[in-house]
Amino acid sequence: MPAPTPTVTIPSATRYLARVRRFVDKQATAAGLSERAVDEVRLAVDEACANAIEHAYGGRENGTVEVTTEQAPGLFTVIIRHTGVPFDPGAYHPPDINRAIHERRKGGFGVALMHRLVDTVEYRHHGTTSEVCLVKRLNGNDGESASA
Amino acid sequence: MSSFSVTFRSPDDEVCVLDLKGELDAHTASELEAAFQKCLDDQRPRIVVHGGDLQYISSAGLGVFMAYIEEVRDQGGDIKIAALQPRVYNVFDLLGFPVLFDITSTEDEAVHRFDADGA
Repeated sequence: MPAPTPTVTIPSATRYLARVRRFVDKQATAAGLSERAVDEVRLAVDEACANAIEHAYGGRENGTVEVTTEQAPGLFTVIIRHTGVPFDPGAYHPPDINRAIHERRKGGFGVALMHRLVDTVEYRHHGTTSEVCLVKRLNGNDGESASA
Repeated sequence: MSSFSVTFRSPDDEVCVLDLKGELDAHTASELEAAFQKCLDDQRPRIVVHGGDLQYISSAGLGVFMAYIEEVRDQGGDIKIAALQPRVYNVFDLLGFPVLFDITSTEDEAVHRFDADGA
């Protein structure tokens, strides 16, 4: 029997981001990730959800963002799904922080952060649904409780 | 719902200390933005951000620091960041903030740096 895939679905509004963070915190901790790895996955998921809300839905609050976690040996995966405007990773250029300060810009760093926080970031599209798939490898002391 | 608050303190006439508490994310970042703007409007650009009770920060929170630092420095001040918890400091570090911002272990150290560098 396949393992259950825990899921939380939130309306496309930033006030619900904390709910996603609590969910990821709980699932990643249960999967046996280290405290630091839990922090990193939680932040990466927060960034992906914030991007979906602010850019894919453009501030429209009647959409939804679905967050699902999956476990496989040595891997913790989080999939963020939405039906807003798909993100085009080919058109993304990581911003230069010095230039951003000079231009007094406050955005654009979420994607760069995501790539530094997890091992794999993948973008997929199925019909009108877009997915961001974040994979964190369990290593070192991670996963001890998962294998117990 | 994210829980976040900014409280203003003035240990002396020169420096404005902002105590951050809770979680600074895409929803709550506007509160920090308003606090920095108030410091500028009040012509008090010597700002110490005390992060001892800041539990979490995302890129939206970091973005507020980036958006305001130049204007604050243009007014002859600075934003110094003090007493961050290690897990929060790690996020600042990921984007290279320690090179661009004055980050200190304690509030006292941050306040004294204003005296030392005259900013």
